[in-house]
Amino acid sequence: MDLVANLMTGFGVALTPINLLYALIGSLLGTLIGVLPGIGPVATIAMLLPITYALQPVSALIMLAGIYYGAQYGGSTTAILVNLPGEASSAVTCIDGYQMARRGRAGAALAIAALGSFFAGCVGTLLLASFALPMTELALKFGPAEYFSLMILGLIGAVVLAHGSLVKAIAMIVLGLLLGIVGTDVNSGLARFSFGIPELTDGIGTAVVAMGLFGFAEILVNLEHKTDRELLTQKLKSLMPNREEIRRSIPAVLRGTTIGSLLGVLPGGGALLASFAAYGLEKKVSKHPEEFGKGAVEGVAGPESANNAAAQTSFIPLLTLGIPPNAVMALMVGAMTIHNIQPGPQVMTSNPALFWGLIASMWVGNLMLVVLNLPLIGMWIKLLTVPYRMLYPAILLFCCIGVYSLSNSTFDIYVTAVFGLLGYIFSKLECEPAPLILGFVLGPLMEENLRRAMLLSRGDPTVFVTRPISMVMLALAAGLLLIIIAPNIRRKRADVFVEET
Amino acid sequence: MGFIRHPKDFFAGLMFIAFGVAALAIGNGYALGTAARMGPGYFPRILGIFLVVIGAVVALRSLKLRGTRIEFGPLKPMAIVLGSVVLFGLLSPHIGLVLAGVMLIVVSSAGSSEFRWKEASISGIILSVGAVLVFIWGLGLQFSVWPPFLSGAR
Repeated sequence: MDLVANLMTGFGVALTPINLLYALIGSLLGTLIGVLPGIGPVATIAMLLPITYALQPVSALIMLAGIYYGAQYGGSTTAILVNLPGEASSAVTCIDGYQMARRGRAGAALAIAALGSFFAGCVGTLLLASFALPMTELALKFGPAEYFSLMILGLIGAVVLAHGSLVKAIAMIVLGLLLGIVGTDVNSGLARFSFGIPELTDGIGTAVVAMGLFGFAEILVNLEHKTDRELLTQKLKSLMPNREEIRRSIPAVLRGTTIGSLLGVLPGGGALLASFAAYGLEKKVSKHPEEFGKGAVEGVAGPESANNAAAQTSFIPLLTLGIPPNAVMALMVGAMTIHNIQPGPQVMTSNPALFWGLIASMWVGNLMLVVLNLPLIGMWIKLLTVPYRMLYPAILLFCCIGVYSLSNSTFDIYVTAVFGLLGYIFSKLECEPAPLILGFVLGPLMEENLRRAMLLSRGDPTVFVTRPISMVMLALAAGLLLIIIAPNIRRKRADVFVEET
Repeated sequence: MGFIRHPKDFFAGLMFIAFGVAALAIGNGYALGTAARMGPGYFPRILGIFLVVIGAVVALRSLKLRGTRIEFGPLKPMAIVLGSVVLFGLLSPHIGLVLAGVMLIVVSSAGSSEFRWKEASISGIILSVGAVLVFIWGLGLQFSVWPPFLSGAR
């Protein structure tokens, strides 16, 4: 069994003391920011990207991955106890989790969320491990035309599944692609869109864009509103769910895990969409839909399993194809590039210790989270009492230090501020920034593959439809677009997100 | 502006058009090349045209679709927060991380309506010292901790 041997290699890497330590740091940090509303995994990973410079590549990736799935665990705590989504992907958990808490079942809700997440995390990791080999083999057959079409499919998928206006999301992608090609053109050596500023000839860092759009902009938007947070913390009596709750959550966890695993792989998917979809599904299949909104345990178990499963499986397209399916994975591309690793199918063969070590660490991290989190809940609740007025200056400081250390220049700090302002404007105009980040990361790759494909075909654009794999992908992309334009599906898509309020 | 029924989309469309036009204008000087041998100007030009077209669609659609107004809160917090960040960039090479950090925390805290001098100063000092411990001693980042004239010639 190749898989077993590979996983053994992985555990050999993941279980070294130093990597255990970074998995722990990542998971705890992820839980922390998951618990705290107002800062999400994208901003945090962006903030920490620069400091991973000093680490071994595998330790760096283990830590950053831990932040993403750790945040899925932490988000549920705030949702259940305070009725606030600590993480966007826990927004639906608020609905029934908080109602359970009001009925004195907070402990049970927390335990079910954590155990469901753990189960989903294990399944997600296993899926990641088993799909890695076939997917990479497929990807190795890809030429530039296939890659270009794959990226088109990925980007279209991302907007179709994304929240909000389709046309605006496409525009944000194109804007991201444009921003991505700022810097020196690899073929001609020409500095494009650099305005004669030497710092811009190296391009803009992914972390800079992400910190501005997700970190700074979030603060600017939050400061407009009064941020009084009501804390309704009661003593947790018992963490043990009763038999009825267990009986009802098991099928919900299984469904949540399935839907989360599927949506995680899809471009534009990831934890957020997964939890919304899982909640909708639970409500639909339940024999007692009237209980939803009044503390139905399925409304906690399903979405919480789904978001964690999706957090794991969204690594599949990144690690095997080199295509990030969501904004967090786009930053992982940034993390890998910092360490001179080009994400894609070759990572598994050229760097098996890193590849399997990362996968194994996810299982280890999930185990740590479920063991550590439940006893630590009291501490996380204490953290929630830190008022936002003290939290956001700290975020600013860490962002500034992180950005500065990217290239030891204050120039990046100013660029981040500009992106913060831009992100604020985007939020006012209801333009989602996540597609922009995807476009930003894929910009240079798309241009490169387009150039190569057209060079190989001697300028004949039909190459994209005459090569079968490429054609299938473009057809899928076109199909997705057509489906979404059809009005009744558009209504359904709006329904999925309507639960948010 | 009665005919703009969806102001958010209208201005979003204008913004995309502006970015697209800027890309086309700046990229105008870049060699286009041919389809087989694309120059540095080829891809940006496709993107620029695309962005202008989509922007126009978004803007025109806003005359038909109905949407809510753009709500602006007070702009002062934003100015203060962004200002404090820029100030941090300007000052940190000269006064070092500790002082610049305290400045950043105190000034940016003033962006909140619940600003308190004492609390902001204390948290500024604690966070700056903590940042030095973690980032400079712990992770070995290159950053001047104190003003250069205090820490000796460098």
